[in-house]
Amino acid sequence: MLMGAFSGFSVTYTTGDPWLGVLTAFFVGVAISAVHAFLSVSVGANQVVSGLAVTMFGTGASSLLGRKMIGLTVKGFGKVPVPFLSDIPVAGPVLFDHDPLVYISYGLVLLLLWFIFRTRHGLNLRAVGESPVVVDAMGLSAVRLRYFYTMIGGGMAAVGGAYLSLAYTKMWGEGMSAGRGWIAVALVIFAVWHPARAVLGAYLFGGVGAMQLRIQAAGTSFPTPIMMMMPYLFTILVLLVISVKKGKGILIDAPGALGVPYSREDRT
Amino acid sequence: MVSIGPVPLVSMRGIDKAFVGVKANSDVDLDLERGEVHTLLGENGAGKSTLMNILSGLYTADSGVIVINGEPRVFRSPRDAIRAGIGMVHQHFMLVPTLSVWENVALGLEDQPFLLDKGRVIERVGDIQKRYGIHVDPLAPVWQLSIGEQQRVAIIKTLYRSADILILDEPTSVLTPQEARALFRTIRQITAEGHGVIFISHKLDEVMDISDRITVLRKGKKVATVNVKDVTKESLAEMMVGRRVVFQIGKTLQNPGRVVLEARELVVRGDRGRVRVDRFSLDVRQREILGLAGVSGNGQEELCDALAGIRKTEKGSIRVDGYELVGKSTREFQKRGISYIPADRIGTGLVTGMNLRENIALRKYWRKEFTRFRFFIHWENIAGRTGQLVERYSVVNPGLGFPAKMLSGGNLQKLMLARELSDDPRVVIAVQPTWGLDVSATLFVRETLLEQRDKGAGVLLVSDDLEEILSLSDRIAVIHNGRLMGIVEDPDRVTEEQMGLMMAGTRLKEFSNPVGEGSEGHGKEVSPSL
Repeated sequence: MLMGAFSGFSVTYTTGDPWLGVLTAFFVGVAISAVHAFLSVSVGANQVVSGLAVTMFGTGASSLLGRKMIGLTVKGFGKVPVPFLSDIPVAGPVLFDHDPLVYISYGLVLLLLWFIFRTRHGLNLRAVGESPVVVDAMGLSAVRLRYFYTMIGGGMAAVGGAYLSLAYTKMWGEGMSAGRGWIAVALVIFAVWHPARAVLGAYLFGGVGAMQLRIQAAGTSFPTPIMMMMPYLFTILVLLVISVKKGKGILIDAPGALGVPYSREDRT
Repeated sequence: MVSIGPVPLVSMRGIDKAFVGVKANSDVDLDLERGEVHTLLGENGAGKSTLMNILSGLYTADSGVIVINGEPRVFRSPRDAIRAGIGMVHQHFMLVPTLSVWENVALGLEDQPFLLDKGRVIERVGDIQKRYGIHVDPLAPVWQLSIGEQQRVAIIKTLYRSADILILDEPTSVLTPQEARALFRTIRQITAEGHGVIFISHKLDEVMDISDRITVLRKGKKVATVNVKDVTKESLAEMMVGRRVVFQIGKTLQNPGRVVLEARELVVRGDRGRVRVDRFSLDVRQREILGLAGVSGNGQEELCDALAGIRKTEKGSIRVDGYELVGKSTREFQKRGISYIPADRIGTGLVTGMNLRENIALRKYWRKEFTRFRFFIHWENIAGRTGQLVERYSVVNPGLGFPAKMLSGGNLQKLMLARELSDDPRVVIAVQPTWGLDVSATLFVRETLLEQRDKGAGVLLVSDDLEEILSLSDRIAVIHNGRLMGIVEDPDRVTEEQMGLMMAGTRLKEFSNPVGEGSEGHGKEVSPSL
């Protein structure tokens, strides 16, 4: 996310075109996650370790490269209210008074739902996360699928980062994602790897963050640092509740092969 | 109808395959004709599955040639093999549990459009079901299906791809006798249409029943290919093991004593939170072997984990000699005399990275005679004890200081028995104790269990292998879907048919044929499943 935020910001700052920034961010994300894919798919490294390494690299590299950009601003994406729809009371301002990236996110959710559950490629995607050996036995390449979707995922995370620097704040700051990537990880667990539930979760988590800002703005004697902890505390709480319920009949089915490297002739 | 054409359907020549250090196949030849059921017979580890994984493109042979219909082929991946008309039903089915039946069938199909054509897949699955008499709901998610149904899905999957050569890897090990017969009917239908079937098994009875020809493998090498009418069960067993096999086990009549293990209304959940054992009750008496029969995955392992104190019992009571153990620590279960030989001897039973002494110490280190000042482990005493045990249980080993993983499967199991049985347990729980063992280790394990019984322990024996249950047990309990289907008081008078019905979920009292009591078990003929 940070590399996406930084690369998107610097390209937008230089060229003045936020779309070019988003595109750059996407490919930077693809490139970085290709490293992660290489380590975890081809080399068979532990995915948590590889993921942490890549994350630290991103944090460090973005702060080093972005030093000269601190304090600069870009025009970025402005609000584009959707005609008529944005006039609907309550729902209008909530859903239809945003920048283009938000609208794209609506479309992406529908597109991905359709892709994952209706197309043959989506079927392959669901299968490879669950049992790569089956995918392999059915004559598909588990390795190629894993590379491809890891890279797409990385690209999308980077676009999420670019949103922060190009639309949300319109500036670059070191470590500006402030742990949102980690919240996203919690979100995926909360959503049980299902895109529709992920939307629900995203607005729930986001809502807690927004509420915290509103309460602060409204003025309260409650200590600000504790208020700022709210989204993170909420994340821990949600994961806690899910883990406790796990043994009690509610099924938390993570993909069967989550985090497990696949090698065809590995005999167990 | 077997038709010996000018060229066989499949011809494998001089296949070699080695895994790090181990030669799994060495110069193996195999021919399959059209319309033929060709059985690959061999003990566990003889290289049957490896050979078939090579034919299905999952493994690459180190050397050797594969000729399909007279055309030499090189399979770089399963895709190549599927294109050549080869369909394999693996021992672990190769299905994605979270996907539905039709999605599993559609997975990897080359003629599927970008948008999945659900209607067409379901229609064609329907055709196949009608033609071969196999029934399964195409919309059901696979994890909800029984193991037998999952196998049917796997077969439908290969038939959907118009496989000409069907490989079935140990297909009957997860079926009730009735399901196995239905499978054989399907196999005959497939060969009647001129396809070839390669059938992998180590059960001699069914091999004699279904095969046209048999190729015997031993230690990765081909021993012989024979016509089924030229051989007997005995001669096959001899080829498979390499020497004459004595099927005799000395089982003497015993008078069971009082109840040692009493389980009442147990409810136990599985790893994914579902109830796997549902209000299950049983008694194990002194000097008896109570067999627990059932198709694997019906809650046996969860039940035994709970009885051994390593899985939480949600409801119910477990008593040893009247002492309540539910809620107590695992060590308390052990101190009360429960010994556990789990199915998963490498994961749950032993720590294979630790040496023999350490593995033996695992269950005993806290005892007074194995500690110094009640704190430090007394390694000299442990080593002395390990030495005695290794001797008594004839564990072939490179030395007590070597890691357990250097032992063969049979010797690992002997080490397991040595640790669990050396302190005269009250109750022995043995789950699949002979799984994957060769003939001599199998005999050793069975004799050891009988010896425990004769010494006064109550033995609970769990096995998928009906023959093993029938030949060793004094009484048999049958489990289906976590519930007790009934207790057979006299194994000599129950038919495989009745056992199969119970394993498929019929309760014992629904039979009109009463199953009596009082066994005449002297020197019973026992054939180890090979």
